[in-house]
Amino acid sequence: MSFFKKLKEKFSSTSENKQSSEKYQSGLEKTRQSFSSKLNDLMARYRKVDEDFFEELEEVLISADVGVNTVMELVEELEMEVKRQNIKESDQLKEVISEKLVAIYMDENESIPTLNIQEDELSVILFVGVNGVGKTTTIGKLAYKLKQEGKKVMLVAGDTFRAGAIEQLDVWGERVGVEVIKQSSGSDPAAVVYDGIQAAKSRGADVLICDTAGRLQNKVNLMNELSKVNRVIEREIPGAPHEVLLVLDATTGQNALSQAKVFSEATNVSGIVLTKLDGTAKGGIVLAIRKELNIPVKLVGLGEQMTDLQVFDPNAFVYGLFSDLIDAEAD
Amino acid sequence: MAFEGLADRLQSTIKKMTGKGKVSEQDVKVMAREVRLALLEADVNFKVVKEFVNKIRERAVGSEVMESLTPGQQVIKIVKEELTALMGGEQSKIAVADRPPTVIMMIGLQGAGKTTTTGKLANLLRKKHNRKPLLVAADIYRPAAIDQLKTVGKQLNIPVFEKGTEANPVDIANEAIEYAKAEHLDYVIIDTAGRLHVDTDLMDELNQIKTSVTPDEIFLVVDAMTGQDAVNVAENFDQQLNVTGVVLTKLDGDTRGGAALSIKAVTNKPIKFIGMGEKLDQLEDFHPERMASRILGMGDVLTLIEKAEATIDEKKAKELEEKMRSASFDFDDFLEQMEQVKSMGPLDELLGMLPGANKMKGLKNVQLDDKQLVHVEAIIKSMTKQERQDPNLMNSSRKRRIAKGSGRPIAEVNRLIKQFNEMRKMMKQMSGMQGGKKGKRRKGFNFPMM
Repeated sequence: MSFFKKLKEKFSSTSENKQSSEKYQSGLEKTRQSFSSKLNDLMARYRKVDEDFFEELEEVLISADVGVNTVMELVEELEMEVKRQNIKESDQLKEVISEKLVAIYMDENESIPTLNIQEDELSVILFVGVNGVGKTTTIGKLAYKLKQEGKKVMLVAGDTFRAGAIEQLDVWGERVGVEVIKQSSGSDPAAVVYDGIQAAKSRGADVLICDTAGRLQNKVNLMNELSKVNRVIEREIPGAPHEVLLVLDATTGQNALSQAKVFSEATNVSGIVLTKLDGTAKGGIVLAIRKELNIPVKLVGLGEQMTDLQVFDPNAFVYGLFSDLIDAEAD
Repeated sequence: MAFEGLADRLQSTIKKMTGKGKVSEQDVKVMAREVRLALLEADVNFKVVKEFVNKIRERAVGSEVMESLTPGQQVIKIVKEELTALMGGEQSKIAVADRPPTVIMMIGLQGAGKTTTTGKLANLLRKKHNRKPLLVAADIYRPAAIDQLKTVGKQLNIPVFEKGTEANPVDIANEAIEYAKAEHLDYVIIDTAGRLHVDTDLMDELNQIKTSVTPDEIFLVVDAMTGQDAVNVAENFDQQLNVTGVVLTKLDGDTRGGAALSIKAVTNKPIKFIGMGEKLDQLEDFHPERMASRILGMGDVLTLIEKAEATIDEKKAKELEEKMRSASFDFDDFLEQMEQVKSMGPLDELLGMLPGANKMKGLKNVQLDDKQLVHVEAIIKSMTKQERQDPNLMNSSRKRRIAKGSGRPIAEVNRLIKQFNEMRKMMKQMSGMQGGKKGKRRKGFNFPMM
């Protein structure tokens, strides 16, 4: 059975799979269209596999923000494969390309990464990231999602720096109907988080979500401040924070790798939330992060609605990327 | 994640071919590939890169490079020249309407930094151009966006016009202009909601505001970290609204900022300002040449030199150099030099401008905490005159006294003395090297403790 057929089969087998892949397909509409059509276009223009073909292939991948290093490695592997299998025509390469790309992300035995939320005790989720990626908005959406699942959720307004950040979280708290622990603007974020933990403990909350101020990863002082927040959580609850989620803007380029790396040094980043993946965002950086840093993407933001936060399903994501190609091949 | 600068890359490529004497066409091809990779790594859009590299290749195949003794440098020079040219001249002028108020619209994607930039721009207009700006809160969608602008206004003591989240942004903008007229305010800066350029409804709203208030400037605010998509964003916003200028934000991060080049190449609209920090006075003019260096990973040496020149006294620097050479450099000099560096700005900011500083392994662990400088200062100031001039006097009882006097642990005192002695040793070695390869050091431009 061909690789594409296998993929297709996998996704039409269960209705649950189908549902989630449909959501991805609509959310990733733009990415998908441009990506597969570019790939198809490339195949159409180059009948022969030569140097120019590979250069253009590089460009197709780079244009999706896959990351220069990842692309270079991938193309090298492909060039080897072409030699090994003695592939001459581009058509034959289509499957190999997709297979290689999918291999970065798909692992037969891998389950969908879930959030580490404890059953009978308080779980703490710490949100970190640079400015303007959508931390507060994502917290609002996640609070809604967890509340729908029957959890008692509390929020901590740990962004005491940016003007209006506390108010913003407050509005989300009201919308979702969860309590927000806050202090005045300018106060010590570690102290606010400490308060939040105490409040969550005494009120028997299931999940405490901590917002932090956006910070660029090259600001040493601010990164130290973040480590301090992390330490306070560790000290107050053994085993916490249960999740440290790094929020990345899907439109970010190569700098996303630097962000992932440095934030992981300051805190123990356990997962990534990729926001603004609707738009024309490419999301190719998911592949680069996976390959170079091996941090799983756990959630993706696919729109502005409260319900637009999805659990990241790597298989559905990859399927979404290639669905046009897959359908054309498998039919 | 090896983010080598173009200079390093080319250097290593050229090393491989030295001894050949002449540069062949094949060599140029290899170099062109390095240029291409460097630009792609800096997030310059691949289409822009392609065109650009072709241009470089043409020039490089010409006599300029082929006959040069230093082909690597020559290529870098060409690349930098072309980059600078592509990014255009300096453009930090803001339009002035014939009849006040001048209206500026701020637009962009979510999270680009519109609201902060709106505040910064108002501050700049007031401080540098002596204007009276009005901030307008037209972002009725994002929770607390209005609160944010109000807080910014309060911090700057600049009025904010708002009508809550129920009003229509077009009405808000119109009424704000009437208000500005009545209050004799001469600039109106409208903060609009962030939106995706593919969101037709919200793009229509911007168009309605535009038609209704006919702004003198429409600034597109773009996150400098944006990847390949920057061109699509800029192109779309420009096509639909005809922007007059671009503000690049978050350039105080460690991104190369290739988006700047992409946007300029695609829209041909000037980059007017750059956001260099979270504080409301950190909006700076855009310098194409500096941006070119940055994209190439060559560091912003120019800015650094400028800052150094503005703060370092030539005469003092000369004296210091003398002392370094004769190895009579003492703690007093150390202190003085430290103060000069301190007056240039926060340390981490300075370091960020140094070429390659981001990836230098040794520097990774250097905690660039300005507080540490204060501690060092306290320790030195707790020394007697003799001790400062002759560090060899130090014994454990003196060290204990210094530790007590400065309120720092004795280990820290020891560390400082050790670092100082090492530095002296290094200076001695360096002065022996004068005239050699490293002879071209800038005077008085040595960082203590690094």
